[in-house]
Amino acid sequence: MNNRELAIALYTIVRREIRRFTRIWLQTLLPPAITMSLYFVIFGNLIGSRIGQMGGFSYMEFIVPGLIMMSVITNSYSNVVASFYSAKFQRNVEEMLVSPMPNWVILVGYVLGGVSRGVMVGFLVTMLSLFFTDLQVHSLTIIIIVTLLTSILFAIGGFINAMLANSFDDISIVPTFILTPLTYLGGVFYSISLLPEFWQGVSQLNPILYMVSTFRYGILGASDINIYLALVVIVVFVVGLFMVALDMLNKGKGIRS
Amino acid sequence: MKSALLISNLEKIYDNGFVALKGVSLNVAQGDFFALLGPNGAGKSTTLGIVCSLVNATAGKVEIFGYDLATQTSQAKQFLGVVPQEFNFNAFETVYNIIKTQAGFYGLPDKLAAERSQYYLQKLGLWEKRDIAARMLSGGMKRRLMIARALVHEPKLLILDEPTAGVDIELRRSMWEFLREINEAGTTIILTTHYLEEAEYLCKNIAIIDRGKIIQNTSIKALLAQLDSESFIFDITPALQEAPLIDGYCITLEDDHSLVVEVKKGQSLNGLFKEFERSAITVTSMRNKSNRLEEMFISMVENNLEQAGE
Repeated sequence: MNNRELAIALYTIVRREIRRFTRIWLQTLLPPAITMSLYFVIFGNLIGSRIGQMGGFSYMEFIVPGLIMMSVITNSYSNVVASFYSAKFQRNVEEMLVSPMPNWVILVGYVLGGVSRGVMVGFLVTMLSLFFTDLQVHSLTIIIIVTLLTSILFAIGGFINAMLANSFDDISIVPTFILTPLTYLGGVFYSISLLPEFWQGVSQLNPILYMVSTFRYGILGASDINIYLALVVIVVFVVGLFMVALDMLNKGKGIRS
Repeated sequence: MKSALLISNLEKIYDNGFVALKGVSLNVAQGDFFALLGPNGAGKSTTLGIVCSLVNATAGKVEIFGYDLATQTSQAKQFLGVVPQEFNFNAFETVYNIIKTQAGFYGLPDKLAAERSQYYLQKLGLWEKRDIAARMLSGGMKRRLMIARALVHEPKLLILDEPTAGVDIELRRSMWEFLREINEAGTTIILTTHYLEEAEYLCKNIAIIDRGKIIQNTSIKALLAQLDSESFIFDITPALQEAPLIDGYCITLEDDHSLVVEVKKGQSLNGLFKEFERSAITVTSMRNKSNRLEEMFISMVENNLEQAGE
């Protein structure tokens, strides 16, 4: 396939993915907006007003960046895992496997689909947060970079999960047992400076901490960690997981016997 | 004649240790209408699965129009269109989107993809259904949808894995005519089917696979010429209680108004009719007991079973 044909094939996957999650917006776009609004009301407004300051900001200001990032993470991930596993389950993944599209196009197509949903939901949640707080923008560049890198990373994670999954139960194992605890312990609701030194060290092994803190830096201009180190860590994870996913796809893990 | 598909020493051992293919080699010429037949579990779908990149080969080589599937994957796949045995489309997607999306996977520009989608959906009688979800189609329509999808990029090699399974006779006949038409227009077709009448009607060349090995690979004509005998059913009057004894013919009574006669290669039917007349038996109609290819197929698979010592 020449470059134009590759671009058409890639566009075809991305368009189909966007069409899928917008068609079922009641399942894909509305629930995170409702959940995050509840977080804003309960944690930010009701409980947050009694907590006082966190990291030098009001509790609402502090948790908004974390909650936006949380919605980007979960939606990028769940879009790809649900869509690719469904294609495996209905066997329409074969439509792509028999075609001349290289495997990297399939992977990038699904990842961009996941990124589209992650970014769209992140934008929706950001708009909703404006009803509860005034958002600053300390660095739009950092916000854009970290949002894209984070959604790419979790979209790839969703792809790997879908390839390994043998049932619909398998696609909920990673979000339930890995993603949710890491997100909650990744500095969304608290500053890690509140933790004892040992647990601060342990927290630094959590990749989500780097994403949440960098995004918070982009908005508030303050972070628990060095944001340049954070960006390097995220890029390393993105490249590493991309190579793993592509290798699995080349070997046909879970999709070719 | 140049090869559309060249398979050399293909082997497949599944993870559970099952040996599905034991060195399959095949050469399908460009423009051929080729039948790959075999009993269930013989290795047909595994062979085609490897050609379609849905199954990983353990060993061996596949070339499509001279391109090595392992090393020139994208070029090789460009020539290929596949109609699988089982429905494998997104049941919630509309008929039109399924076809147009497939065109996109082959890099067809949007305008051309739209034109081709319309052309093949009209050709296969699905244009009126273009906006409904694929799950709402009848079984026959779903089969036609998969054929339209396989043709949208106008492949030079079309693989059909039991395309008319579960399709009514009228639709099957119209699909045969359509497949003949595209074969005559230059598309090489490889067909697997359990309807041997279908293979005899459509195909020029044939391979029979059994237990992971090709046991016959020749033209349909040459294969049928090997047939030692044919069985005919004669509907007769008056009713008989036992089969008549006619020298040189093996005759059995199917029921009191039907006789099954095995006619050996080179034997004439004229003598048989004379004997019937002499015995005051009137033949009201006659037909083949089973399809000729079917008889040949069964005898070959049985011979292979005996040779395997089972």
